[in-house]
Amino acid sequence: MTEPDIPSAYVRDKRTAPPSREELRARIPGWGADLDPADRPSHPKLQYPADTGAHWDFPDRQPGSAGRERSIEHAFVTPVFGTAQPLHGLSGSIRRLAYDRFSEGRLAHWLLLIAGDRVDAWGSHLRSFATASPDNPVTETGVRTELTHGGLRSRAGRSDRRHHVLDPLLVAGPWVAGAGFGALAVRRLARVLRS
Amino acid sequence: MRAMTYRGPYKLRVEEKDRPRIEHPNDAIVRVTLAAICGSDLHLYHGLMPDTRIGHTFGHEFIGVVDEVGPSVQHLQVGDRVMVPFNIFCGSCWYCARGLYSNCHNVNPNATAVGGIYGYSHTTGGYDGGQAEYVRVPFADVGPVKIPDWMHDEDAVLLTDAAATGYFGAQLGEIAEGDTVVVLGAGPVGLIAAQSSWLMGAGRVIVVDHLAERLAKAREMAYAETLDYDEHDDVVVELKKQTDYLGADVVIEAVGAEADGNLTQQLTGPKLKLQGGSPTALNWAIDAARKGGTVSVVGAYGPVPNAVKFGDAMNKGLTLRMNQTPVKRQWPRMFEHVRNGHLTPRQMVTHRFPLEDIAEAYHVFSAKLDGCIKPLVVPGAN
Repeated sequence: MTEPDIPSAYVRDKRTAPPSREELRARIPGWGADLDPADRPSHPKLQYPADTGAHWDFPDRQPGSAGRERSIEHAFVTPVFGTAQPLHGLSGSIRRLAYDRFSEGRLAHWLLLIAGDRVDAWGSHLRSFATASPDNPVTETGVRTELTHGGLRSRAGRSDRRHHVLDPLLVAGPWVAGAGFGALAVRRLARVLRS
Repeated sequence: MRAMTYRGPYKLRVEEKDRPRIEHPNDAIVRVTLAAICGSDLHLYHGLMPDTRIGHTFGHEFIGVVDEVGPSVQHLQVGDRVMVPFNIFCGSCWYCARGLYSNCHNVNPNATAVGGIYGYSHTTGGYDGGQAEYVRVPFADVGPVKIPDWMHDEDAVLLTDAAATGYFGAQLGEIAEGDTVVVLGAGPVGLIAAQSSWLMGAGRVIVVDHLAERLAKAREMAYAETLDYDEHDDVVVELKKQTDYLGADVVIEAVGAEADGNLTQQLTGPKLKLQGGSPTALNWAIDAARKGGTVSVVGAYGPVPNAVKFGDAMNKGLTLRMNQTPVKRQWPRMFEHVRNGHLTPRQMVTHRFPLEDIAEAYHVFSAKLDGCIKPLVVPGAN
């Protein structure tokens, strides 16, 4: 390798200079409109906005915070909070334990919340079967778009096909396993009742 | 009202729910006219975000019409057409007072590490989102902005997150004139990050993905060079070769937790939830940046730890910059760029679904069928 062939990383300056401003402006709409780093919206990182629209020093407190779960890294339930899907049942107890016992810095906090999510999902699925609108894994997964939106054609040549094949297993697997355990339990119960 | 509801990983449906009500004096109720599905909604959809409750309504990219206001609201009136930043923020806490709207401390009792976000699980505050006919908008005097008459609705809805996040990502890169910028991910955020990199003086922009239609869009709307990582055994080596063995001055990681490109990371992250998503793009960013360079991270991850190559980041003297986007802080300048045609968010919209077809919309977007880059959701449409 002769000296002019030695790549930029091994010498003082880049071998190839960037295109000129004129060339870039001719090719790219708006090139350089935010060229000055000190004149960009998020510079500096900390800046005091002239007016945020807030007309309070501390916001009015939203009613209903008593008993609302919160991170123990907070001093109190924040003055405004979401009220969607309050804690309930077994999943609620698991989630409350995560909030009451473990800070956000502890892995147990997050693992308990994930466990609560799965219990919530299973409980909801089971409860849905006692309603007029039971969960339907076909309509709720939108899987019919595999036919209407080119499932095979769209994936041709893509490397992510390798893990897409797992998705049906992730969705249907627990249902199949649940049905299997259910059938076993029913058989065992029938045997016990017969004997 | 009709609203998208979560039924468990990979499962959604539209249900009848109660119309939201004013719960705080500075609340507004907005009738949603247009919403979008964000790549980060897929983290919820795949069950990757802890404390995502059954019945939750997703959606943090939406615009609409003010339908009702609380007694302390001064800046909005019923009938105003508004665009709503994905951040819920108070405008008065320590963080908001310093412009860090995405880090507001007064809106999310469930966590201190992340602010409030519409329709993004209870880990971000437990607010139902905008993939519905109506949505509760807290701090109506602080977040929403009236949509300028000249602005297209599809640009407006994309400015509420995806476009603003792409623009913010380029700023976090601290791009200097002539820099070589690599953008990982040619989704909506990456496409705008690539466009924005030129505005900040980049001398070269290379966009990396593996989906042909997205790479074509990066060439078409962002004038970028493109690199298909499926065509290379080792994308980092290819980037080193293309940058004369230096690496990129700036790498913008616009992928986040669903990253492809490494089967082990994909299996242990999005599939088995053993880590807070797949950090493949983040690790590529660390490896592909030149020593002393900057890695900007706007890809979103869950709170569970990730297998990140932190040693390389330290040894290379990288500057790592990241945050959720303080959207409203970006808007005045972004409005100019959109009006001047320097940023063209709606150019990346590929699909428009009625709200009633939300399960189909999520599957198409998640599996990236039919060339889907950005799907919009239209309440009330047939």
